[in-house]
Amino acid sequence: MLQFAADTGSASPGDPALNMAIFGAFVAITMVIVFRASRNNKTAADYYAAGRSFTGGQNGFAIAGDYLSAASFLGIVGAIAINGYDGFLYSIGFLVAWVVALLLVAELLRNTGKFTMADVLAFRLKQRPVRIAAAISTLVVCFFYLLAQMAGAGGLVALLLGIEERVGQSVVIAVVGALMILYVLVGGMKGTTWVQIIKAVMLVVGAGVMTVWVLALNGFNLSTLLDSAVETAGTAAILAPGMQYGMSDLSRLDFLSLGLALVLGTAALPHVLMRFYTVPTAKEARKSVVWAIWLIGIFYVFTLVLGYGAAALIGAERIQAAPGGANSAAPLLAFELGGSVLLGVISAIAFATILAVVAGLTITAAASFSHDIYASVIKKGNPPAGAEVKVARRTVIVIGIVAIIGGIGANGQNVAFLVALAFAVAASANLPTIIYSLFWRRFTTQGALWSMYGGLGSALVLISFSPVVSGAATSMIQGVDFSFFPLSNPGIVSIPLAFFLGWLGTVLDKNTESVDKLAEMEVRSLTGVGAEKSVDH
Amino acid sequence: MGNDALTEEHSSGHSAEVFRETQGSEEFLALRRKHRSFVLPVTAVCLLWYLSYVLLAGYAPEFMAQPVFGRVNVGILLGLSQVVTTFAVTMTYVSYANRHLDPSATAIRERLENKEGVR
Repeated sequence: MLQFAADTGSASPGDPALNMAIFGAFVAITMVIVFRASRNNKTAADYYAAGRSFTGGQNGFAIAGDYLSAASFLGIVGAIAINGYDGFLYSIGFLVAWVVALLLVAELLRNTGKFTMADVLAFRLKQRPVRIAAAISTLVVCFFYLLAQMAGAGGLVALLLGIEERVGQSVVIAVVGALMILYVLVGGMKGTTWVQIIKAVMLVVGAGVMTVWVLALNGFNLSTLLDSAVETAGTAAILAPGMQYGMSDLSRLDFLSLGLALVLGTAALPHVLMRFYTVPTAKEARKSVVWAIWLIGIFYVFTLVLGYGAAALIGAERIQAAPGGANSAAPLLAFELGGSVLLGVISAIAFATILAVVAGLTITAAASFSHDIYASVIKKGNPPAGAEVKVARRTVIVIGIVAIIGGIGANGQNVAFLVALAFAVAASANLPTIIYSLFWRRFTTQGALWSMYGGLGSALVLISFSPVVSGAATSMIQGVDFSFFPLSNPGIVSIPLAFFLGWLGTVLDKNTESVDKLAEMEVRSLTGVGAEKSVDH
Repeated sequence: MGNDALTEEHSSGHSAEVFRETQGSEEFLALRRKHRSFVLPVTAVCLLWYLSYVLLAGYAPEFMAQPVFGRVNVGILLGLSQVVTTFAVTMTYVSYANRHLDPSATAIRERLENKEGVR
């Protein structure tokens, strides 16, 4: 799915100036809110965790804002419009994944940790090695996710602003990156969270209006809508699985592998985990996941209607011929329904989506570097006053610049590959250690390190030698073929391997971990004793 | 709070003995049992239910394509039922946690916080 093709045909439908104006209004409004929200950004708890002052409902919207990226919105609508049912399979995986986050991770993490994923993983294990490993995998996951969003921005620009030459697109990517740096630098977690909340409301309302519109055109009858989609497509195959994946045994296995990565990756995405620290208690963390599940679930049902709506009203051929390819399905549908005004609104929402997700990723990566590497490892837990936040802000600038350069370089690359890689890496490198350290008393440092490095390394190696990188018509590198791993997603191998390595490393470990820390972690995680309190200003 | 970065041996203001003692207490063991006996099997069932859906989509597309009413087929209904079960599990867990987990977690926490003063 989600291929933001750089090659373009005709110019953008609608009015680029209007699109820009609506997006500009969004930036102006959110900027004011970010500045107001940033007044109390004094301590690390303020900067990384928004003083732990958000309510469960607010955080739920912010989680949905973080999670419903451009790939979810534009990518899934486009995938359903073109490949039919197979696009729907993605959204189901993205949603069911939240059960793992809700039941196994959110509350225990909130009770145990402070700012980052590493706080929990290193709680009862050896601090330095585990923190370094957790920080590395956090940075890798954030980097691929960032790259995907920034690369997506280029494709969007082509479609929405009618900018087709690469230089112009690069300028827009740089502007998006610079805006994001400003948000995160000024607003910290509080500002970033407000941007997410506003964007989530806009996205869900915008998609909801379009959904009701499409259903109204079809007499509020799903069957009628599907009927017209089949009529436009000329085949009933778009209603059943198999158009994109079900061709061969290999592609079936590939889909299973992707499904595994999607369903196990979410609860291990560092930027999602970090959101649980922005609420005052574990109970609020639970409420935020519940809100997020409702919002995300309803949104994915919307995308089903929108996808088939686009298939019915516009048709796969016209969508693929439009600049931006599959990703143009949602904007084209907006234009078809509500003309250039609705297109402008939907375009602004799509831009806001990229901006907000990139901001969330950046603050996560910066927190991980300054809290886990700088403060905990380099300064051995005793950084000078104020230094940690200062380092975090500098890291934001560095990450922002890396994201801009990476985004310009990755412009036109397959966004699905980068997002799926981020999920696969998160599921392989982080999830086994999160689960083991929360639920398995014997788990040791050696097990954690084997699992994290083994999962991270195997995921990256398998991807490098997969058809995604070389040896296929759609590969990143053309003209050479060094692929030996036949699947485009490594999850089916790397996730079980990481679980196995975590077990093996533990049973072969002659050292045992502190029983006192284990007792403290168990009691804290379940009861919330000594959990970080919210900051009063 | 500021920049106090990591380990914080006594972050919660309680000594190791208190945690060891609590960990071994009947009340805590019961809480842990109630937590695990819900979350672990329910997660496993949800993941199996999802995996069987993915496998059906991959290996039995004809089954998924069977119409149920009008154009709405088995696949679309199964997909939507995944959404419904996710919502149902969410609400069930919330009510379970409110009734069975929160009261004893709160009781243990309050007892500990009173025991060794505030942090």
